Amino acid sequence: MEIEQQALSNPTGVETIDISGSVALLEALIAEGTEVIFGYPGGAIMPIYDALYDYKEKLNHILVRHEQGGIHAGQGFARTSGKVGVVFATSGPGATNLVTGLADAMIDSTPLVCITGQVFAHLLGTDAFQETDVINITTPVTKWNYQITDATEIPEVLSKAFYIARSGRPGPVLIDITKNAQIQKFDYSGYTPCNHIRSYRPKPLVRNEYIDKAAALINQAKKPFVLWGQGVILGEAELEFKAFVEKSGIPSAWTILGAGAIPTDHPLNVGMLGMHGNYGPNVLTNECDVMIAIGMRFDDRVTGRLDKYAKQAKIIHLDIDPSEIDKNVQTTVPVWGDCKETLPALTKRIQQKTYPEWLQKFRDFEQKEIEAVINDELHPASGELTMGEVISQLNELTHGEAIIVTDVGQHQMVACRYAKLNKTRSNVTSGGLGTMGFALPAAIGAKFGAPERTVVAVIGDGGFQMTLQELGTIMQSDIDVKILILNNKFLGMVRQWQELFNQHRYSFVDIESPDFVALAAAYRIKGKSISERGEISSSLKEMLEHKGSFLLEVMVTKENNVFPMVPQGCSVSEIRLK
Amino acid sequence: MDSNKINSAPASLSSGEGRGEAKQEFTITVYTENQIGLLNRIAIIFTRRKINIHSLNTSPSEIESIHRFNIVVHETEDVVRKLSRQIEKQVEVLKVYFNTNEDIIWQEMALYKVPTDIIAEKASVERLLRENGARAVVIRKDYTVFETTGHREETDALIKILQPFGLIEFVRSARVAIIKNSDGFNRKLREFEKAEPGEEVVENEYLNKGQRIFTM
Repeated sequence: MEIEQQALSNPTGVETIDISGSVALLEALIAEGTEVIFGYPGGAIMPIYDALYDYKEKLNHILVRHEQGGIHAGQGFARTSGKVGVVFATSGPGATNLVTGLADAMIDSTPLVCITGQVFAHLLGTDAFQETDVINITTPVTKWNYQITDATEIPEVLSKAFYIARSGRPGPVLIDITKNAQIQKFDYSGYTPCNHIRSYRPKPLVRNEYIDKAAALINQAKKPFVLWGQGVILGEAELEFKAFVEKSGIPSAWTILGAGAIPTDHPLNVGMLGMHGNYGPNVLTNECDVMIAIGMRFDDRVTGRLDKYAKQAKIIHLDIDPSEIDKNVQTTVPVWGDCKETLPALTKRIQQKTYPEWLQKFRDFEQKEIEAVINDELHPASGELTMGEVISQLNELTHGEAIIVTDVGQHQMVACRYAKLNKTRSNVTSGGLGTMGFALPAAIGAKFGAPERTVVAVIGDGGFQMTLQELGTIMQSDIDVKILILNNKFLGMVRQWQELFNQHRYSFVDIESPDFVALAAAYRIKGKSISERGEISSSLKEMLEHKGSFLLEVMVTKENNVFPMVPQGCSVSEIRLK
Repeated sequence: MDSNKINSAPASLSSGEGRGEAKQEFTITVYTENQIGLLNRIAIIFTRRKINIHSLNTSPSEIESIHRFNIVVHETEDVVRKLSRQIEKQVEVLKVYFNTNEDIIWQEMALYKVPTDIIAEKASVERLLRENGARAVVIRKDYTVFETTGHREETDALIKILQPFGLIEFVRSARVAIIKNSDGFNRKLREFEKAEPGEEVVENEYLNKGQRIFTM
C-alpha cells in the first residue's frame, strides 16, 4: 500500500497511470488523511461507491440512515477530532438533505468536505431524474463549492476543498461531481496538497501596533473581562489562551461553543454568556471597563439588546475573520489574526495581575444565582426530577472527562450550563443554527473523532424524534454512544416562551413520544427509562459502564423553565433569575 | 462623550464617522477570479440583506483571468463596509473597494434607436448630436442608432429629446467607474498574477487606513 501510494502521489508527472475520476477522488481522500466517511449511496454517486468497494480496507465508510444524519455525523467528527469531516451523498434529494447540516456547519465554522453525485454533464439543466441545482442551493451555506464535470479536475479541486475547509475560519465545502466525471479515465499524475490560493487569505497579517494598543488598554484596565468563543478551540490555542488568562488574571466567560477551552473549574472561568448564561457574566458585561473578545462573534443570543450592550467598555476583538470586526459591536482595538499567534504576542506585552475585588463580584453574583436557581435545579429535595440534577449526577460519574453532545432546546441550555468539562473539544452542540435532531448523528461522528472517550448524547424528547433513524447506524456499525433522553413531554423551550411571553398559550408544544426503550430494543440497543430520584445515579452508572450503546430515558418535570434568562429585546444586565 | 463625535454631522460626506449615517450612492469595485457561480455568490450577499443592486457591471480586467465588478447600491457607509467585507471574504475575490460618487469618475453608455425618416425630416440632427455629446453608430434607411455616454441624467435627457421623434428602442449599460485615488492599482493587480503575491498586496483594509490607495 505504501509503495502504491508513492507511485500515485508522484507529482513530477513523469509516471502517470490511467484511473477513473472515482478512484482519483478516493486517492485524494486518503492523501488528506481521511479516516471515516459518512455517506449514503444513490444513482448519481454509484461509480464512486463502486470504487469504494475496492477501498474498504483503506477508507472506513459508515452507512447512515439519512443524509442529514451523515452530515451531522461529519460535524461531530470534525468537532471532536479537529479534522475535516467527509460526507458522501447522491444528487437530488441526497444533496438537498445536506442543506441543514451545511447551514449548521457554516454558522458554527465546522470544517467539512461534502461530495455529492450529480447527473451526467450532458443532462445538466434538463430536469433529469434526481437532478437538482445543488451548487446554487448550497452557495449561501458553504464557504466554497464547485461542480466538477471533468475527471482531470478532481485532484486539484479536492486539494483546494480540503485546504479551504480547514484553513482560516473553517467551514463547509461542497464538491458536486457529475457521473461522467466519476467514470471518466484520465492520466493521473498524483495528488499535491494545496497550501495557497492567490485570491484567498485565510489569516490576516498580524500587526504589532494593534497588539501594543490592546496590551496598553489591558494594562490600565480596572475591571477587564474576557469573552471567549470557539475560535480558541478552532485555532488550537487552548494553551495560549490559558497562559493569557492566567497571566492577565482577568475573569473569563465563554460562549456556548467556547465551552471547555479551559476547564469548567478553572478559578478564572466565571461561566457562560448569553440568554441562558450565568448571572455574573451577563450583568457585569455592562460594568467592565475593557472587554477582550477572543474568537467569538457577538451573536445576538450572547449580546441581547445591542444598543445597551457594554456601552461603557473599550472593546478589544481578536478574530481571524476580518468581517467579524465591527459587525455587531463597535471595536476599539481590532486584533485581526489567528489567536494562536496573537494571544502569545499579547501575553508577552501584558503585566501579571490579579483583580481580587472584581473577580469577587462575579463570585457574589454566582452565589445569588446558586441560591435563586442552581440549588433547586441541581439538588431538589423533592418533587419531580429536574434536568439539572441528571447532568449534575452525570458529572459525578464522568468527572468531566466525557464528551457531551447536545441537541437544541431546554436540555441543551441545562447541559451546557451544568456539564463539567475538563478538556477541550468536549462540548458538541448546534450553536448558531439551533438544529434540532443534531445530537444523535453528531454523537456518532463525535465517537469516531475521539474513539477513546466516552460520548454522551443529551437529547430532548422532541429533537430525538427528528433523527432517531440513526439508531440504525448505531446498531449496524456498533457505535458506542450513550443516549440520554431528558423527556419532559413537551417541546420545552418553546413552551417556556409561550408560558412567559404568550400568556401560557401552549400552541402545539405538547408532543407525544413512542416507547423509547422499546424503540431502542428494536434496534438491538439496550435501554432503560426512569422517573425516580433514587434511580438516577445507578442508571447513569449502568449506562456508562455498559459495553456499547445504551439509551437512558429520564422522565423529568414537565413545566420547568431554564433560568436565568435574558428575555429577547432586553439588555444582558436585565437578566431574570425567575 | 460628545467630544468623540467630532464628525457626527452628516453634512460632511467625505470624511469621518458622519458618512456612516446617511444613505447615498456607493460604487463597489470588486476584483475576482473568473469563476462560474461567483456572480451568484456575490449577488446573494446583497439579496440576503434585502439590498437592491442599482447597477452591476462585470467584465474582464486588464489582467488575463481577473475580472472586475462595479456594483452600485444606495446605502449607508456602515452597511456598504460590511457588505464589502463579506464580499472580500469569498474565496475567489481578490480585493474590494467602495467609493462615494465624489471619489470616482463614472460613465454609463446608452443606445437609442429611432426611425430615420422622422428624425431626418423633423429634427436638427447635427445640433442634437452636438448638444448631447452623442454620435450616430448606424444609419440605415429604416432606422438610426445613436450612442451617448455620461451620467444618468445625461442619458435620460436624450431619451426625452428623442421620444417625440418616435423612439423605437433604448438600452443603457451599467455604470463603469474609475477610482480617483487608484495609483498603483495596475501594478498591484499584476502582482496578483503571480502564484504568491507579496504581503503588501494582501494587506487588509483596516491596516491600510493611513494610505490612500488600496483601501476599502
